[in-house]
Amino acid sequence: MIVADKKPIEEIVQEIEDVKSLLIAGCNECVTVCEAGGKKEVGILASALRMYYLNKGKDVKVDEVTLERQCDHEYLEEIRDMVERYDAIVSIACGVGIQFVAEQYPKMRVYPGVDTCFMGATEKRGLWVERCQGCGQCVLAKTGTVCPITRCAKRIMNGPCGGSTKGMCEISQEIECAWQLIIDRLAALGRLDEYEKLFPIKDWSTDRAGGPRKVVREDLQQ
Amino acid sequence: MITKTPSKLEKVLAAGHLGVTSECGPPRGSDPEEIIKKANLIKNHVDAVNITDNQTSVTRMCSLAACIRLKMEGVDAVLQMVTRDRNRIALQSDILGAASFDIYNILCLSGDHQSFGDCKAGQNVHDLDSMQLIQTIKQMRDEGKFLGGDDIKRPPQMFIGAAANPFADPFEIRVPRLAKKIAAGVEFIQTQCIYNLDKFEKWMELVRDRGLHEQVYILAGVTPFKSAGMARYMKNRVPGMDVPDEVVKRIAGVPKEKQAEEGINICIESIQRLKEVEGVKGFHVMAIEWEEKVPEIVERAGLYPRPVVE
Ligand code: SF4
Ligand code: SF4
Repeated sequence: MIVADKKPIEEIVQEIEDVKSLLIAGCNECVTVCEAGGKKEVGILASALRMYYLNKGKDVKVDEVTLERQCDHEYLEEIRDMVERYDAIVSIACGVGIQFVAEQYPKMRVYPGVDTCFMGATEKRGLWVERCQGCGQCVLAKTGTVCPITRCAKRIMNGPCGGSTKGMCEISQEIECAWQLIIDRLAALGRLDEYEKLFPIKDWSTDRAGGPRKVVREDLQQ
Repeated sequence: MITKTPSKLEKVLAAGHLGVTSECGPPRGSDPEEIIKKANLIKNHVDAVNITDNQTSVTRMCSLAACIRLKMEGVDAVLQMVTRDRNRIALQSDILGAASFDIYNILCLSGDHQSFGDCKAGQNVHDLDSMQLIQTIKQMRDEGKFLGGDDIKRPPQMFIGAAANPFADPFEIRVPRLAKKIAAGVEFIQTQCIYNLDKFEKWMELVRDRGLHEQVYILAGVTPFKSAGMARYMKNRVPGMDVPDEVVKRIAGVPKEKQAEEGINICIESIQRLKEVEGVKGFHVMAIEWEEKVPEIVERAGLYPRPVVE
C-alpha cells in the first residue's frame, strides 16, 4: 500500500487562512490502513481545525467526507454537488488522490493534509516500512526477493558496501543492511552461488529517471 | 604480469616490487597550495597518491582537479571516484577529463552515504555501483567504447582499482565479493585499514584458496593512530572498521605525549608482519592529516627507496 503520515496542522492552516468553508476529504484505501487519511483521521483533523478556528475567533465551516477511493474518477464524481459549496478541499488521501481531486475539479483549491511517504507494509500497528520504489523492472528474482533498490541506502546492485556492520546499514543501527538480508536469504535457499553473478548495469529508464510513467494496456481499453 | 597502462604503480607491481601508495584529502576551499605541499612531502616515498573524492560526503575540492595539480608536480595520482554523486554521463565524462591529463590510475568506490557529510539533505545518485564503474572503465579502456556503444577517440588508459574491506560484514561474502570485483575487471585493491591482523590473514588465506591473489594486486591498507582517542574513535564510530581491544590498550598504555610515536610503531610493525603474508603486493599508507609521517613510515618499514621503473 501507499503509506502516508499526517501533516502538522500549523502547516495545513498556513495555506488556507482566507477560506470560509472547508471540506476535509479522506480515502478508504491505503491511507485508512496506515491511519493517516481514513474516516477516523478526517474526523480528528476536522475537530482540530474547528478548535483552531474557534480559538482564533474565525467563522469557518469545516465539513467531512470520506471517499471509497480518491484515485478514481468514478468515486470523485460522486461528490460533485457537494464540492461546489466549499472554498477549498484539504485531501488526506495519498499524493495521487490529492492530485486526482484537483484534476477532477479544476476550479477548486485543493491542499494536501498528509505527507505521502512510500510504498510499504504494516510491520505492526504504528510501524510502516518501505519495500518497493516502483522501479518498473523488478529484480527480486535475482536478489533473494529482497529489493536492493528500496532497502539499500545506496541502491547498490552488487552489494554490500564496506559499511555493512553486524547486519546493519552504515547509515543507522536501526536499518537492516539490504545486502545482508539478500545474502542470508540466498544462503537459506541454498543459492549463495548466485551471489557471484555480476548484476549488469541497470536500465533506469523505467524508473523515475525516465520521466512520468504510464502503464498502457490496450486490451483493456476497448 | 604484463602491464596494460602507462601507470607507474602498475609497472612497479608488475615488476614484482612491493607497491606503495598514500592518500591526500583535497582542501575545503580553492587554494591548491595545501595539496601541492602534502604531495611534495611524500612524493619520493610512494608510487602514487590517492586523491579522495569528497570523502565522508563532506564537500571539498574535486578529486579530478586535485589530481591534475599533483600531475603538474610530477606526482602520479590515483583518482578516487565515487558513484554517489555522478550518473553514468558524468562518470564517463570525468574519466575522459582525467585521461586527457594522463592520469593513469583510478579507484572505484560507492562512497559514504551523504548522511555522514555536510549535505545531509542532498540527493544521491548511485546510477552505477562500484562494480559497474569498474566494468565501465574497463570497457572504455579495452574496447574503446562508451557505455552507450559509441567509439571513444583516444580511450582512457587507466589502471583500475577498487577498495576491499576484509572486516565488513558478512565476513563469508568478503572473498566472493573480491572475486566479483575481479570478474568485473579490477586490477588492484587497496584494503580498509588493517588493525586486526589475524582476521586479515584469515581473509588472505581464503583469497589464496581461490587463487585470487594471482589475479589482482592487493595493497594492504594501514593508518597510524595519532592518539588513543583516535584509536577509540576508529573502533567505535567508523563503520566497517575493526580495531581490536589490544591495539587500543597498547596505545592507551603509553603516556599521551608518546602515543603518536607508539601509533607509528604499531603501523610499522603491522607492515613488517603483512609483508610476510603471501599475496600482499604492497601497502596503502593512509596517514590521515598526518602526511608528513609517511616518509618515516615507508623508510622504517624498509620500503625505501622506491624502485625506478621504465
Ligand atoms: S526491484 Fe523495482 S519493482 Fe521490484 S521491489 Fe524493487 S523497486 Fe519494486
Ligand atoms: S550497509 Fe548495506 S544497505 Fe547500507 S548502503 Fe551499504 S550495502 Fe546498502
